[in-house]
Amino acid sequence: MKTGAKILVESLQREGTEIIFGYPGGVVLPIYDELYDSSLRHILVRHEQAAAHAADGYARASGRVGVCLATSGPGACNLVTGIATAYMDSVPIVALTGQVPTNLLGNDAFQESDITGITMPVTKHNYLVKKAEDVSRVIKEAFYIAGTGRPGPVLVDIPKDVSTTSVKDVPVPEKVQLRGYNPTYSGHKRQIEKALQLIMAAERPVIYAGGGVILSNASAELIRIATELGIPVTTTLMGLGCIPCDHPLNLGMLGMHGTEYANFAITECDVLFAIGVRFDDRVTGKTETFAPHAKIIHIDIDPAEIGKNKRVDVPIVGDTKTVLTDMLTCMKKKGVHDAWIKKIKHWKQHHPLKCPDDGCLHPQYIIRQMSELLKGDAVIVSEVGQNQMWAAQHFCFRHPRTWITSGGLGTMGYGLPAAMGAHFARPDVPVFDVAGDGSIQMNIQEFGTIAQYNIPVKVAILNNRYLGMVRQWQELFYDRRYSYTELPSVEFVKIANAYGIEGIKVESPDEVMPALKAAVECDGPFVLDFRVEREENVFPMVPAGAAINEMIGGHPR
Amino acid sequence: MKPHTLSILVENKAGVLSRVTGLFSRRGFNIESLAVGPCEEPGMSRITIVVIGDDAQVEQVMKQLNKLIDIIKVSDLTGNERVERELALIKVTAEIGTSRAEIMQIASIFRASIVDVGAKTLILQVIGDSDKIDALEKLLRQYGIKEFVRTGTVGILRGSKTVTSGK
Repeated sequence: MKTGAKILVESLQREGTEIIFGYPGGVVLPIYDELYDSSLRHILVRHEQAAAHAADGYARASGRVGVCLATSGPGACNLVTGIATAYMDSVPIVALTGQVPTNLLGNDAFQESDITGITMPVTKHNYLVKKAEDVSRVIKEAFYIAGTGRPGPVLVDIPKDVSTTSVKDVPVPEKVQLRGYNPTYSGHKRQIEKALQLIMAAERPVIYAGGGVILSNASAELIRIATELGIPVTTTLMGLGCIPCDHPLNLGMLGMHGTEYANFAITECDVLFAIGVRFDDRVTGKTETFAPHAKIIHIDIDPAEIGKNKRVDVPIVGDTKTVLTDMLTCMKKKGVHDAWIKKIKHWKQHHPLKCPDDGCLHPQYIIRQMSELLKGDAVIVSEVGQNQMWAAQHFCFRHPRTWITSGGLGTMGYGLPAAMGAHFARPDVPVFDVAGDGSIQMNIQEFGTIAQYNIPVKVAILNNRYLGMVRQWQELFYDRRYSYTELPSVEFVKIANAYGIEGIKVESPDEVMPALKAAVECDGPFVLDFRVEREENVFPMVPAGAAINEMIGGHPR
Repeated sequence: MKPHTLSILVENKAGVLSRVTGLFSRRGFNIESLAVGPCEEPGMSRITIVVIGDDAQVEQVMKQLNKLIDIIKVSDLTGNERVERELALIKVTAEIGTSRAEIMQIASIFRASIVDVGAKTLILQVIGDSDKIDALEKLLRQYGIKEFVRTGTVGILRGSKTVTSGK
């Protein structure tokens, strides 16, 4: 006989879970009691939202399923933003929540909330487990659903009596059988051939690669396709790292804050090869003028993404890695697009990203110094806003899963907890959280967690005493009326010190590199408070609803 | 924009209906009618939903429905030879000595049956497609409809074609 809680912990271990991020409470006491002598590692966060983000950061950095745990009611509700963040970016996490005992369900009991109802729109699937006998099957299904097909979060809600009831050992099903869930991995052969024909006939092809390439570990295949067919590659925010930044075919990021040359290339291309992307509004701008001259090929594992925002000529439903591998097998000859590549090279030379050099401390410069120091061998996590865009634009990413950011939901406060999670996936490399002074204060309590466990996350705060991105929009589109976007000065080093964390305040460009080196050399967590130019803007920028080649803040054409 | 009749085969589990209806509301699709009940396959239910939208919108809603783990199969019956029926119960004001005979005559033309006779009211039961029920309701309105309840459309393909799990 085993309790539901014991079955739960054993099931997690069977799925290969090494670490759980969580926060205890009344109805999860039986589960925490089981964890007390378990070999499963548990990290006590300071707020449940951080547990969900940490599981997410762990999942993105490792490619494995992340796990978080919270109690019922407020604990479960605090996970919601983290779950929604993971859902929007297709991140595999399993969120475990305690629930009031089954006999009290629906009674408005103490700390009761209908968390399966609440999370229905932001989970790939969720479960309310009614019997201890079901725990092992549900956990197996939850991991399977989270990690296969288009990945996503799965929530499992476990009432207290399910945790405490002892039942006979239930044999664990060897294979998950779900008649309503059969993701398609292999692309249709004819469609793959059609796509290849289209690409071979193209004069100005462009690859538009996204998070799907990273999720399916298809970077190598992507680079091979691009190289052998001679096609330039632009990536979305989520796709950064799938091709090295300094690869000759790389165009950097496209879209609202993309490079000018990526957006020009999209606008002029005659074949757009979209791989693991979803034609998000931040990428396309006005959809009618996005790749207006192009025939579009779209590979995605989720059929609902194909044709959702933009009509597609050659749809291919399948796993990116599998489809690209098949495509490479079908490929008979190499592609050459010299004239097109030459044109793009010209754009790259004349429209580079700008980095002001006037002796003042500019955020772009800090990111470039960071990039120079770390050489791509680090995990860069970001918060949301200007800090995120500067990191995306100016850090040179060389490997997949080294750039972790909340793209779809745009969750401020994501970075620090996600960086904690990323460290446990990649203890071998430095992990930086590129933050703003606004975002960091949304989950600054996690200084407590990184201090307690000596998690060597380096927090680089680009401190401009504004909610910078909103301020930028107010400057550009609201007549400089800075409505509620100015923040008072905060001594972040003092806050860090109060938690027992070291830190340095940096006020001039020449202090940047030594400070970054000090952070990397420190064994534990470290806080860098960069006092940057206050009204710096992220450029270039495509105003909302404009065509992506209508950028402001770029070079004259 | 036209009505599409979707036949949806689902796992007969708690919460399935709310997963389906939640998806419609959060993606901005209006459900015109909905009917649900157990079906020929053990452990499954069949939901018939009539949704109004253009072809692209309906295609998107079907793809989104297919992503729900508890949904086994989604088919758009629209454009296929099919039978669609709905049942309605209509309580009409019909005091003795007034228009009762007329109402009963209308009922017989519509092949509706009188399922309850009260001192002041009649209840008509009518089966047909939505247009037929709408037409009857319109005719009866002049006598005073006290209550009107309809099941929502159910639909099935004609001939040997089926919407099943394929197992």
